[in-house]
Amino acid sequence: MSEVKDTQGQLWEVFIQTKKGLPFKHFGSVHAYDKEMAIQNARDLYTRRGEGRGMWVVPADAIVAIDSSDDESFFDPSNDKVYRHPTFYELPDGLKNM
Amino acid sequence: MGAEELNVLFQERIDANDKIEPRDNMPEEYRKHLIRQMSQHAHSEVIGMQPEGNWITRAPSLRAKKILLAKVQDEAGHGLYLYSATETLGITRDELIEKLHQGKAKYASIFNYPALTWADMGAIGWLVDGAAITNQVSLQKTSYGPYARAMVKICKEESFHQRQGYEIIASMAAGTDEQKEMAQDALNRFWWPSLMMFGPHDSDSPRSGNAMKWKIKRESNDVLRKRFIDKTVSQVELIGLTVPDKDLKWNEKEQSYDFGAIDWDEFWAVIKGGGPCNIKRLKHHKKAHTDGEWVRKAAAAYAQKQAKN
Ligand SMILES: [Fe+2]
Ligand SMILES: [Fe+2]
Repeated sequence: MSEVKDTQGQLWEVFIQTKKGLPFKHFGSVHAYDKEMAIQNARDLYTRRGEGRGMWVVPADAIVAIDSSDDESFFDPSNDKVYRHPTFYELPDGLKNM
Repeated sequence: MGAEELNVLFQERIDANDKIEPRDNMPEEYRKHLIRQMSQHAHSEVIGMQPEGNWITRAPSLRAKKILLAKVQDEAGHGLYLYSATETLGITRDELIEKLHQGKAKYASIFNYPALTWADMGAIGWLVDGAAITNQVSLQKTSYGPYARAMVKICKEESFHQRQGYEIIASMAAGTDEQKEMAQDALNRFWWPSLMMFGPHDSDSPRSGNAMKWKIKRESNDVLRKRFIDKTVSQVELIGLTVPDKDLKWNEKEQSYDFGAIDWDEFWAVIKGGGPCNIKRLKHHKKAHTDGEWVRKAAAAYAQKQAKN
């Protein structure tokens, strides 16, 4: 086994659903060598007090990320497309339940 | 944009209480300061397992053993939260641990004091975790996002740590004369080192200027230390123990305690390696790391093999 390097394993990002029906939220990361170990380590590290109903672990290098500081226009609200908002529309007075 | 301009923009974001995220532009000095502070914090959580870990096999009851085990496990988790938060700054966990082993990275001096009796498990949870909590609550508002989020998680877990410690010391203080003496003795030994955990006085704290400007640190060493003392004195009195400081006095005007002089010679001596357990703590960490090498290699080899199939 001498050709195997001593490392701390790969980095995995952990996403946890704290209640059924809620979205999965990023909780942090873990180090692990494979999938099973990643999910086991994430369980031990992040859900010792019943914080989790569901969990995803994802190899950190599989995540594609962008941030507003990378490209300022990327998240621009497209203000020229105001018709995307419900308040844009002129509807008759007296309209109910819409 | 020039570096100068970027720094101005960065400071504007800080002043507007924006959180800084890993991929954001940040001055090199900010990054370096964070790596130093956060890795020191992570190492403290991990080295801090040693004095308490020593008592797991000697805990006086199954209940006490389970609690201590859970507490020490939490501290391992805190170390891991903080290592991954530090890794977002572009340094690996391997490098961080190597720096610790080379003596280039520090950890909290308090863990260089020995835990001599069971009462020390009380004093550590109550005072050492108590001082750490005071500091960590303040750090929940630190400017670096991953650090702030780690602090929020850690603070949630810490309150059980302090309460289990206080329960131990309170029950010993209510016990036999000998037990009460042990409780007082633990308090005597841990009181001053706990106050030192907040670091030097503001006037002697060279790095805190930048740390405050960048909002890495939100409150000064002296402010936090005072807050801890003010919270803790009544907890000492409630269980009939005495704060080992003859100069401790309530200051009516300031609505806060005045306290005696801290022995900073001792503080610096322990930081520079002269504490009772410095050598032992580092040696133990190195041994655990080396002993685990075959496990890491086996796991890596297994993963490699699985990937091929
Ligand atoms: Fe902790
Ligand atoms: Fe703790």
